[in-house]
Amino acid sequence: MTVIQKKAVNPIAHLSAEDIEIIGKELDAIRDRVLADRGERDARYIRKVVKTQRTLEMSSRAVLLFSLFPPAWVVGTAGLTVAKILENMEIGHNVLHGQWDWMRDPKIHSTTWEWDHVSPADQWKQSHNELHHRYTNVVGKDNDLGYGIMRVDEDQPWHPMHLGQPLWNLINAMFFEYGIAAYDMELGDHLKQRNLKDPKFRAKARAVGRKIRRQVLKDYVVHPLLSGPSFLSTLAATFTANLLRNVWSHSVIMCGHFPNGVETFEKTSIEGETRGEWYLRQMLGSANISGSRLLHIMTGNLSYQIEHHLFPDLPSNRYQEIAPQVRALFDRYGLHYTTGPLPKQVASAWWKVIRLSLPNRNDSRQPVAPAALASSGTA
Amino acid sequence: MTTTASRRPQKVTFRDRLLRLAGAVTTPVLPDDYLDLIAPLRAGAPLRGRIVAVRPETRDAATLVIRPGRAWQGHRPGQYIRLGVDVDGVRQWRAYSLTSPPDAAEGRISVTVKAIPDGKVSNHLVRRLRPGTIVHLDQAQGEFVLPAATPERVLFLTAGSGITPVMGMLRSGLADRADVVLVHSAPTRDDVIFGTELRALAERGALRLIERHTDTDGLLDVAELAGLVPDHLDREAWACGPIGVLDAIEGYWSANGLVERLHTERFRPTVITPGEGGTVTFTGAGVTVESDGATTLLDAGENAGVLMPSGCRMGICFGCVVPLRQGAVRDLRNGDVTTAVPGDGVLVQTCVSAAAGTCDIDL
Repeated sequence: MTVIQKKAVNPIAHLSAEDIEIIGKELDAIRDRVLADRGERDARYIRKVVKTQRTLEMSSRAVLLFSLFPPAWVVGTAGLTVAKILENMEIGHNVLHGQWDWMRDPKIHSTTWEWDHVSPADQWKQSHNELHHRYTNVVGKDNDLGYGIMRVDEDQPWHPMHLGQPLWNLINAMFFEYGIAAYDMELGDHLKQRNLKDPKFRAKARAVGRKIRRQVLKDYVVHPLLSGPSFLSTLAATFTANLLRNVWSHSVIMCGHFPNGVETFEKTSIEGETRGEWYLRQMLGSANISGSRLLHIMTGNLSYQIEHHLFPDLPSNRYQEIAPQVRALFDRYGLHYTTGPLPKQVASAWWKVIRLSLPNRNDSRQPVAPAALASSGTA
Repeated sequence: MTTTASRRPQKVTFRDRLLRLAGAVTTPVLPDDYLDLIAPLRAGAPLRGRIVAVRPETRDAATLVIRPGRAWQGHRPGQYIRLGVDVDGVRQWRAYSLTSPPDAAEGRISVTVKAIPDGKVSNHLVRRLRPGTIVHLDQAQGEFVLPAATPERVLFLTAGSGITPVMGMLRSGLADRADVVLVHSAPTRDDVIFGTELRALAERGALRLIERHTDTDGLLDVAELAGLVPDHLDREAWACGPIGVLDAIEGYWSANGLVERLHTERFRPTVITPGEGGTVTFTGAGVTVESDGATTLLDAGENAGVLMPSGCRMGICFGCVVPLRQGAVRDLRNGDVTTAVPGDGVLVQTCVSAAAGTCDIDL
């Protein structure tokens, strides 16, 4: 079905078409069991997280009003970092997936939510939900594979600019929200095609500009000003919180699809894809992170990336509950459930970024034709 | 700020600036989102209320005493409110008549709810709602009210929970200002909501109460009214109850050419029976199409030329959700049916939902 069939060991060679459809049915059954049981407990969970996040954010910002005093700086910065991570990961990402739309609460709904991030919610929803989740790990279709600036799969053609990708990745990690915003508005494509006057693009760019202005004003002007004599130290604190939040979310997201063991797929492989095949692609194209309950919350339960990709609209608190059932299914059908602790997965993803900054070595596969290289220079 | 302009615009500007500053502090959420955490009933917040008490009235009815938020604008006896409550985590809206007088103690209001069999919301309110719960409210509305000049002679015809708006009027002192007859139907004596209070009013001569216990005496035939209340056609009449009863009463009054003296309030427990396919109306676009039970609303709309928002077309991206104003849709992935009663505006994913009855889509 896929690119993976070209690899030394094809992980799905032992599955018949029938097996794949049965896997799909079993996954549908897991989903239906959660839907039948979804209710007050879940609603209480998300409201509690939202309340905790808002309380933490406002109290941390209050502490930072006195950030000239070093302990206040440390406590306030730590609190604000955690609040910003919670807001982006466990709340924003998941609300914007429509995971909580079923509550019919207009205050916690994918169509009304705006998040603490420079990419406006509607642009992010489009690029993330509509493209990434639909075309997960399909080379050439899922731009999350390297975000258009990196080569993270042997099947992506190498270009000299990839030599610098460990550095791009580091810079992207530090300013991740700006990277995401540029990516969501397809800045790279428009630059490459010298198509910056396209009215649709301009509208998107204006929206991003407005969002950046509001975000910057809040973090780097209003709150520092409110801090009076602590202006500079509060500015440094919010900058640090944003930086840490960016590096954290970048790390978690790298762990989702880049570590060793994760498969990628060819464009042609998804033509006429069945529901079962779509599920299978999500199963093989994602990787989990193992760890404590706190880690799962801080990753927005993206540590259950496999479960999230199978069921992107189930409430995030349910992923860890269904994970044993999903894993049992992997075991039963002889599939590899990719998971590992955070440091190991981050290292694995980084190693891939470094390794693939160079052309493929000892590659048994077809060399990429130079013509193809030239035409897809950006990856 | 230092120009010679009048003070009022300056004041507005200052307040605006303050609000803008507060907004700049809390963006991307609103200052209100923080205030909601500590003062959900404050002035300026969307109208909400706190349940103060839940008092059983009969075996299947209860009165909810509510402290409304500061935004509450008051009501006229006989009006109803829409109340939104989370049942199994899902916000559900229903309309209930106010049973409290407009000047109740401490500004509290009450509604009285009868649990209907299989009624998800009514059973929750009657049996499981706890004091302290915050509920969502709309301002009072409805034209089932007394005129400014109280008529001298009044006739109320009610059945079941149809007594609730009438109780609101009686508690506002109507019985002291007018000659009132109340003909009320309920299955048994114990099922009469506010039975004790109504009988006490009758005992002290404030109103004439005719109870009809339908389990033993059978349903009231409108023709019996002539015998029970000989001057019924000379009275200003208000009727509230199930639709069948109201139809009979309206038919009788219009046959007598007196329809302008009759005021009715129809309960609309709009029972939506899901089927396969149905008529889909895109209200904004003014397009109506017949859609079968296998065609998604997205396809149906696009085929009819409606500009539908869309995304992944497989139910994962939520780029296509639009409000279902009323009707029923079926999720084609698992057959789950979602229904909306007028005023609900349930958001549905059009790419995986098909009509399961007549649907109004707000698009």
